[in-house]
Amino acid sequence: MTADTKRTGAQILWEVLVREGVEVVFGYPGGAIMPAYDAMLQYPIRHVLVRHEQGAAHMADGYARASGRVGVCVATSGPGATNLVTGIATAMLDSIPMVCITGQVGSKLIGSDAFQETDITGVTLPITKHNYLVTRAEDVAPMLRQAFYVARSGRPGPVLVDITKDAQQGSTSFVWDDRPVRLPGYRPEHKPRAEDVQRAVDLLDAAERPVIFCGHGVVAAGAGELLRELSEKGDIPVASTLLGLGSFPASHPLSLGMMGMHGEAWVNQAIQEADLLVALGMRFDDRVTGNLETYATRAKKIHCELDPAEVQKNVRVDVALVGDVGETLRAVVPAAARRERRAWLERIRSMKGASAVHDIQSMPPCGRLYAAHVMHDLWRITEGKALVVSDVGQHQMWEAQYYKHDFPRKLITSGGLGTMGFALPAAIGAKFACPDDEVWVVVGDGGFQMTAAELSTIAQEGIKIHVAVINNGYLGMVRQWQQFFYGGRYSATPMRSPDFVKLAEAHGLVGLRVTEREQIAEVVAAARASKDTAVIDFRVEQEDSVYPMVPTGADLHDMIRRPNPLVETSDS
Amino acid sequence: MSAPSYRTFIAYVEDLPGVLNRITSLLRRRNYNIVSLTVGRTERVGTSRMTIVVEADEDAARRIEANLYKLVNVLWVEDTSPAATLVRELALVKVKAAGVARGEVMRLCDVFRARVVDVGPEALVAEITGTADKIDGLVDVLRPFGVLELVRTGAVAMLRSAEATGADRAPGPTTPDDVKAA
Repeated sequence: MTADTKRTGAQILWEVLVREGVEVVFGYPGGAIMPAYDAMLQYPIRHVLVRHEQGAAHMADGYARASGRVGVCVATSGPGATNLVTGIATAMLDSIPMVCITGQVGSKLIGSDAFQETDITGVTLPITKHNYLVTRAEDVAPMLRQAFYVARSGRPGPVLVDITKDAQQGSTSFVWDDRPVRLPGYRPEHKPRAEDVQRAVDLLDAAERPVIFCGHGVVAAGAGELLRELSEKGDIPVASTLLGLGSFPASHPLSLGMMGMHGEAWVNQAIQEADLLVALGMRFDDRVTGNLETYATRAKKIHCELDPAEVQKNVRVDVALVGDVGETLRAVVPAAARRERRAWLERIRSMKGASAVHDIQSMPPCGRLYAAHVMHDLWRITEGKALVVSDVGQHQMWEAQYYKHDFPRKLITSGGLGTMGFALPAAIGAKFACPDDEVWVVVGDGGFQMTAAELSTIAQEGIKIHVAVINNGYLGMVRQWQQFFYGGRYSATPMRSPDFVKLAEAHGLVGLRVTEREQIAEVVAAARASKDTAVIDFRVEQEDSVYPMVPTGADLHDMIRRPNPLVETSDS
Repeated sequence: MSAPSYRTFIAYVEDLPGVLNRITSLLRRRNYNIVSLTVGRTERVGTSRMTIVVEADEDAARRIEANLYKLVNVLWVEDTSPAATLVRELALVKVKAAGVARGEVMRLCDVFRARVVDVGPEALVAEITGTADKIDGLVDVLRPFGVLELVRTGAVAMLRSAEATGADRAPGPTTPDDVKAA
C-alpha cells in the first residue's frame, strides 16, 4: 500500500493505468469523459486520437494481440460508447484482453434519457467478459484493478468500465492496494486431472495417424515451443486454425498449415483420415469442422482447452484436458513416447502430390495480377518476418495461404467475428506495441473504406506502416459466394472506390499503384524505403476466387478445388 | 447425448445490481429456454440464491454450469439432477366457487392438501405448495369450475443432504435474523 492522498476519480483512473503498466491508450474525448481527459495531461501515458471510436477499440485490440498485454481504449458516453461495440465484440470472439473505459452521464441522471446517455453496460453485457458501472470516486481504483485482472486472467477478454461524470469529478483518498485481486466467484484457473493426462498420453502413443491442431490458445499461452516438442517427439503433423497460424512455424516439415473452409484439400483430407486429433487451444469452430456429422469420424479426440464451457460444445471428445495449454503440455510432453510415424507422413505427402501443387512463382508472366502473387511476393520480399494485419474476406484467406508465418503474434486478424474494417486500426495498435516491427496491413477495397479515416491518425501520430489494398472492385468474398451459390447474381457487390493513391496523398502519406506482377518488387521496395506510411493500390484480377473451399455445412473432404493452376500454393 | 429434460440448478450469486440480468442474458444468448427462475436472499449476508429450471440434455447442462461459473458474480452452481433434491413451488389459484360448486371445490382442495385462504361470494382462493406436477394436478381438476386467476412462484430447490450447506457455497456471515433464530 502507498500513502493515502486525495485525488479525483479522474486522476485515480490514470494512477491505476500507470500502475498497470499502460503506456498508450486509444481514444476520443467527449462531454462525459472530459474530467478524465483533463487529468490525463498530468500522467505519462500517450494518447492516440482516433477518428472513430471503433478504431480505438480495434487499436487496443491490435496492441493486445501484438504484445500479449492488455489494450486500453477510451470513449465518451452515448454514441462514443456505442461506437466501441463492434470492436468489443471482435475482441470477445477472439478472447483478446482489453479494458474499455467509457464516460457516463452523472449518476443522478442515469435512467433519465439524459443527453448522450446510453446504458452501455447493458448494451455490452453479452459481448464483454465482464463490465462495471462506477458511480463513486471511491470505486474507480478497485473496479479498474479488477477489470485489468479479469481481462488478462484465464481465457482473456474485453472488460468495460463505465464511469459516471460525478465519479470522475468527486475526490477521495487514493490508496493503491497492490495485493492480488480476489474475486470470490471468479475461478479463471483450471488444471487437468492426472488420470485424464494419462489417458491422453495413452491415446497419443497408440495412435498411428494423429494430427495436432494448433489454435489461438497456443498463442495466448505462449506454448509454441512445447507444441513443437510434442510434434517432433511423436512425429506428428500440425494443422492450424486461422488464429493459430505462426505459433507452429509454417516452414517446419511437420507443419500442415491452415485447415478448414479454406485450408488445403490434402490437409482436410488428412484430418478426415486421422485416427487421433489433439486439439490445443481451439474450439472446433464451424469454419474449421464443416459438417459435424461427417467430421473426422475415424478419429479419437483429445481437447486441451482453458474454458470448460468450450468442451463438448461442437464436437464430442474422448478426453478433455481443461486447463492452460502450456501447463497441460508440460505434463503431456515428457510422458509421451518418442516414436516415428513414417507411413502416416508418407500418406499425407502422397495426398499433397495429388492436389497438384504448383509453384506460382514458376508460372510465366501473364500480364495479370493475382492476389495470391501479391501475398507470395510480399512474403518473399519481407522474408516472412513482417507483422501482418489482415482484414476480412478473400485477401484474408489468401494471406493465410500464401504468407507463411513462422512466428507467433505476427499474424493479426479478426477470426471469430470477421470484422471488416479491423485491419487498418488494429495495425496502428500493433505498431505501438511493436515499434521495431515492419507492419503490413492487408485489406480489401471494401474493408479499407470502412475505417480509412484512420489514415489521418497515422499521419498525426507520424507512424510508419504499410497498407496493401487488394483492390478487385468487388466485395470479393460475397461475390465469390454469389458466383458459387447464388447463380452468379452479383447483388450489391460491385464497388466503386476513390483513387486510393490520391486518398493517401490527401492525408500527407505516400500513394502507390501496382497493376502487373512485374511491378510488385519495385513498388514494395519504394514503400519500404519511404519514411512515411505508404498505401499501395494493388489492382488485382477482379473475379478471382479463394480455393479450395468447403461450402458452409458441407463435409470437410468435399471441397471445391482450384480450377486455375496459376493460383496454386507454392510449397517447393 | 441424452434427451432434453428439465434440469434444476441452484446458484449462489453476489447480491449486486444487475446480477439477475447477467444470468438471464447468458441463458438467452446461449439459446437456453428458462422454464422458471426464482431469486431470494439466503442465510449468508450479501448472497442471493437462485433456482433456475432449464430444458437441457446432459451435455447442455454441463455447459450451462460452466457458463454460469464464467460469470464473475456467480459464487457457486449445482445441477441438482443427480442428487436427492427437494423441489417446491407455491401457487395461488382463484377459482369460481358459488353455490353448490363451493363444497365440491373445497373438497378437491382438501384432497390436494391445498389451503383455502380467501372465500368470497363468487370465488375462493386456494394456496398450494408442492412439486410442479402436484400443482398442475390441482389446476386440472379445478379448471372445469372456472379458474379466474393463477399465479405460480416457480420452483425453489434444496439438496436433502446435511452435507450440502450454504457455508460451502458462499463466503460471509449468516444474517442477523438467522443468528437470533438459532
